[in-house]
Amino acid sequence: MAKLVTDVVCPFCGTLCDDLEVSVTDDGKKILDVYNACAIGAEKFLHSQASDRITRPRMQDEDGNWKDVSYDEAVEYTAKILADAKKPLMYGWSSTNCESQAVGTQIGEVTGAIMDNTATVCHGTTLIAVQDVGIPSCTLGEVVNRADRIVFWGCNPAHAHPRHMSRYSIYPRGFFTGKGQKSRKLVVIDPRCTDTSKLADYHLQIEQGRDYELFDAFRVAFKGEKLPDTVAGIPKKTIYEVAETMKSGRFGIIFFGMGVTQSLSKNHNIDAAISVTRDLNDYSKWSIMPMRGHYNVTGSGEVWGWLHGFPFALDLSRGFARYNPGDTTSNDLLRRDEVDAVFVLGSDPGAHFPFGSVKKIWGLPSVCIDPHITPTSAVCKLHVPVAFVGVETGGCAYRMDNVPIECRKVVEPPEGMLTDEEFLKKVLTRVKELKGA
Amino acid sequence: MATVTLTPKKVPSLRLEADNITPDVFAGKSAAEIAGLHVFTGNTQELLGDYFTVAGSAGATAAETSIVIDGDASRVKYIGMKMSAGDILVKGNADMYVGAWMLGGKITVKGSIDAFAGTGMTGGEIIVDGDAGNYLGAAYRGDWRGMQGGLIRVGGNAGSDIGTFMRGGEIIIGGNTDVHVGTHQEGGRIVVKGDCKSKVGGQMVEGEIIVFGDIEVMMPGFQYRNDVDLEVDGSEATFALYEGDVGERHPKRKGDVVFGKLYLKY
Amino acid sequence: MAEYLIRNGFVYDPVLGIDGDKKDIAVKDGKIVETTALSKPTEINAAGMTVMAAGVDVHAHVAGPKVCVGRNFRPEDKLFNSTPQAGIKRMEGGFSVPTTLRTGYNYARMGYGFVMEAAMPPLFARHVHEEIRDTPIIDEAALPVFGNNWFVLEYLKNKEIENTAAYIAWLLRVTKGFGIKNVNPGGTEAWGWGMNCETVNDVVPYFEITPAEIIRGLIEANEYLGLPHCMHVHGNSLGEPGNYTVTLDTLKQAEGYTAKNDFGRDTVLHHTHLQFHSYGGTSYSSKGFESKSKEVMDYVNKQDNITFDLGVVTLDETTTMTADGPFEHHLSHMNHLKWANVDVELETAAGVVPFIYNPKSYIAGAQWAVGIELGLYAKDMMKTYITTDHPNAGPFTRYPRVIKWLMSRAAREHMLEKELKYGDSIRNTCYIGEIDRELTLFEIAQMTRAGPAKVLGLSHMFGSLRPGCEGDVAIYPYNPEAIDPSRDPELIERAFSTAQYLIKGGEMVVKEGDIVSNGSKRTFWVDCTTSENPQVQRDISEKFKRYYSVTEANYEVSGHHYVPNPYVIEVDASQ
Repeated sequence: MAKLVTDVVCPFCGTLCDDLEVSVTDDGKKILDVYNACAIGAEKFLHSQASDRITRPRMQDEDGNWKDVSYDEAVEYTAKILADAKKPLMYGWSSTNCESQAVGTQIGEVTGAIMDNTATVCHGTTLIAVQDVGIPSCTLGEVVNRADRIVFWGCNPAHAHPRHMSRYSIYPRGFFTGKGQKSRKLVVIDPRCTDTSKLADYHLQIEQGRDYELFDAFRVAFKGEKLPDTVAGIPKKTIYEVAETMKSGRFGIIFFGMGVTQSLSKNHNIDAAISVTRDLNDYSKWSIMPMRGHYNVTGSGEVWGWLHGFPFALDLSRGFARYNPGDTTSNDLLRRDEVDAVFVLGSDPGAHFPFGSVKKIWGLPSVCIDPHITPTSAVCKLHVPVAFVGVETGGCAYRMDNVPIECRKVVEPPEGMLTDEEFLKKVLTRVKELKGA
Repeated sequence: MATVTLTPKKVPSLRLEADNITPDVFAGKSAAEIAGLHVFTGNTQELLGDYFTVAGSAGATAAETSIVIDGDASRVKYIGMKMSAGDILVKGNADMYVGAWMLGGKITVKGSIDAFAGTGMTGGEIIVDGDAGNYLGAAYRGDWRGMQGGLIRVGGNAGSDIGTFMRGGEIIIGGNTDVHVGTHQEGGRIVVKGDCKSKVGGQMVEGEIIVFGDIEVMMPGFQYRNDVDLEVDGSEATFALYEGDVGERHPKRKGDVVFGKLYLKY
Repeated sequence: MAEYLIRNGFVYDPVLGIDGDKKDIAVKDGKIVETTALSKPTEINAAGMTVMAAGVDVHAHVAGPKVCVGRNFRPEDKLFNSTPQAGIKRMEGGFSVPTTLRTGYNYARMGYGFVMEAAMPPLFARHVHEEIRDTPIIDEAALPVFGNNWFVLEYLKNKEIENTAAYIAWLLRVTKGFGIKNVNPGGTEAWGWGMNCETVNDVVPYFEITPAEIIRGLIEANEYLGLPHCMHVHGNSLGEPGNYTVTLDTLKQAEGYTAKNDFGRDTVLHHTHLQFHSYGGTSYSSKGFESKSKEVMDYVNKQDNITFDLGVVTLDETTTMTADGPFEHHLSHMNHLKWANVDVELETAAGVVPFIYNPKSYIAGAQWAVGIELGLYAKDMMKTYITTDHPNAGPFTRYPRVIKWLMSRAAREHMLEKELKYGDSIRNTCYIGEIDRELTLFEIAQMTRAGPAKVLGLSHMFGSLRPGCEGDVAIYPYNPEAIDPSRDPELIERAFSTAQYLIKGGEMVVKEGDIVSNGSKRTFWVDCTTSENPQVQRDISEKFKRYYSVTEANYEVSGHHYVPNPYVIEVDASQ
């Protein structure tokens, strides 16, 4: 016998699909099947059922041998390395719920930590651009209901956000868009041919690292000013034509991804694209939206925003919050030997950071809190497995358009396992004792 | 002019935040009082005297105070932050934020400096014999008021994002720069004696950028106007004048649209 | 719980008619009580100080998505103004858009106990509640926006008041909202296409309804339900020269309606930040602009069913943020600063732009004058409330400065003579120079606590020191016998900026000017019961299925972590 849990929220990517259905055994202990999810999302649920899952904290000795420890011992080690450090780095926070992020922030306040999330290697540059020029945007339902122009720039939703196109962008029929895909023109800007670019009315196969120039060229074209013969490898005729296509829409949106946030010009690429969007609002209605990766990276930026005013790279070491990417960002701090303990939760810097940074983590007192065995757990001294947020516990997460959705608990975690929030609350209590706070 | 000499005696375990090293803070203080000023390593408050031997004493005011750092300060941040007068000489390298939000006075660094020097500065001089890092004379994050006055002169090369949101003052780079020079510039002048890579003057509203060497790739928003003869920093030459960024907004003055000016030496 | 006896202060309580008499105030078990009910109170010597019920703010943008956009996209708003943690007080930052922590602490420092978040986009209700939860000390509630909501537009187009009301009751329940906010009626939906509604008669594209019909329909629905608060409107054409006629048209929509509720509220329309809506002329220059505060107030003073708040410009660098999407777009074209916008499916939009009200510019000074004039022309101070439309016209931390301007003509003259570059032009084009009136502390107490509590339907809890009210008491270091507002206006500002004590819910949270407790804040919301309405239920399900990007089951704000300490006001509209 099985029961069906409906309206389940997918804790994988920033698309945060909330229409999944999961069948579970009657005792609520085992997931049988996952419906409506993309392949990656379904795997996230099913992976929690793995028989070889680590269910207890473990510590690594100098020779790389692992030994199981109790949660109490794990709390003690974690609290101690944070309390002893002069400048601990508390990194990750993107694959957990907002409640855990808020408790973690209090630990950071008490210990004077650096709080940084995965935006630091992803859309942090977007956040910087937003600070420079703002961002005209909208919720994804607006795209469904109104959009007749879609631009995908430096992203490939067909693979990275698999249900994005069907739920929100290309295919859906909305209130003013009854013809669905037929009412929309699609522009893809990407040096590669992808499964997304195959659908495009215009695919601009841009020369790598010249996005800033291309977007500047669009702004020149809107004004009807003259352009060089080619910009970023694109003939000026095409640029004028695409510019006209954008201007002539009723409601348009630019979605962009890691292809531009972390390539040459970084924040300036996004700045230029936001400026293009601003310009387009003089002709019709346009929005722009980052394709956020982790399902709740957006939420960590919001939690830190309301508590301390900055969306990533917060330096709380002096008792108040400071922010300056380039100085207070994880990789800069690791590279410059500016931190003396590393705490990772809800991310995998071992896989995503440059090798030089990972080596620095290996050399420091370190803890990784993650349900999975990851490259990060392999280089940390302590690995604390926890319940899966969005599978074994609920909590709030923010979609890529900043819409908050409550994740659902589908099954019970393995017996005796703590959630992120429970573990962090214990650590908070302990660091307060150690710091006399 | 009274001189305070700081001789490094211990390398900070992480990096030292020493925003107290300014003539304004030192003014009126004895060597012992200066040694008792706070510095920070992360969350830990320590004393300037833990890291430097302090000799001499400060003048009565910032303007009458000279500070010499007699050695390497490549792990010391915020030297001369918010200083309004007086001078600082660093005989070695310095870390980030040299002269950030500086109002006046002069900072000379014999070696090289890291990023964010002269952030949001409104006056004074920063002279660097070696290289400078990224974000030289740029705005603080989110601020549309970058460098607004004063002079920054770098003998060697500079990094990326030079003079972002610059509104006044002058930056002179003796060598080459990385990408992004004068992005969102809205006043002031940037001179590069060597080469620039690309993204020069992007989203520029007004102001001047003068490049003696090459620009690898020009921004499409710049349009050639005419040739001009200029005397720049003591040397005369003929330059091609480009105006831009035509994609960006521009003010009108006396009926004419004012553009940013990019001079490229022949 | 602790008992407090506040002795010998000068007490101001408009509800009880106490005007500066020396009286003792008693607090026990979280409530105001008779002094005879105390057994072993902690005594607070308030001799030489002013005692009032804690302040009540009727309109401020303090929690939610657009506020957080304002915080996150303005690092420069936090540069060099953060303060470190100390004792139980957590770290604080931000000037015009403070962090939630600083928001709670600063309201407490000003002696405030309740704040209404003025615009909650329903789809983002969780976010609003999370921020409210993390704002210490003060009780808060939030007003969902309705004036551009597709359900409302469609029902009202067909004059279906009962269905509108049933939908509103449902939305208040699922978003844990408090009442009806109506921002740029129709204009924000038009902004979905980059357009606007500039008068009350402009037709909303596609929906074929006018702002006037939306305003009237929402008043009717509000009174049909008998909600504690009245319909709370931000009219069309905010900030436009010449907009006072639109404002008068907006206010006139209330004619003929009377309040029906069990909460002691007697008005049906609250117009917020009236300052931004009382402009004459055709441009922002001294030659083209004029104040129309007098003309607007001539109308308001004759009505008995309208309230308003001032929205005084405080001449600061601040951050504007409003659900009036087209206005923010317009503003970004005026000052060329960064512009954020969020259009919210089926519901609303919001924009955010930093703004500098420069005392050296004519228009900023004239805007300042208009806001103050409205307060000085008002006849019924129970219907006139002090706000800065935080942070739009200035941060809420400037309320004490606004009080100073209202209480002291000398302070206003100082502005016109010394602080404002165009004082003479402002005298010529605005009324401020002609007005002698100086408001009294009794009137300030009406405008900052008794009045707002009444219009929010919370006069049984807040705004007075009557036994039975919440134990919310502010004690200010202000001696009305010793201070002469015409000679020492700065002392007014100082005293109201830093309450000596704040007792909130019977607990001392500010002691000798310091935060000593994070309080036990509550979230207020209105649970309104209506009779079964299958049509509205069907419409809701249909819209979620076809047009929303979340499912209906994932829309409701539920769970302890969003509203951990609720105070639910129940309304029965099923009859």
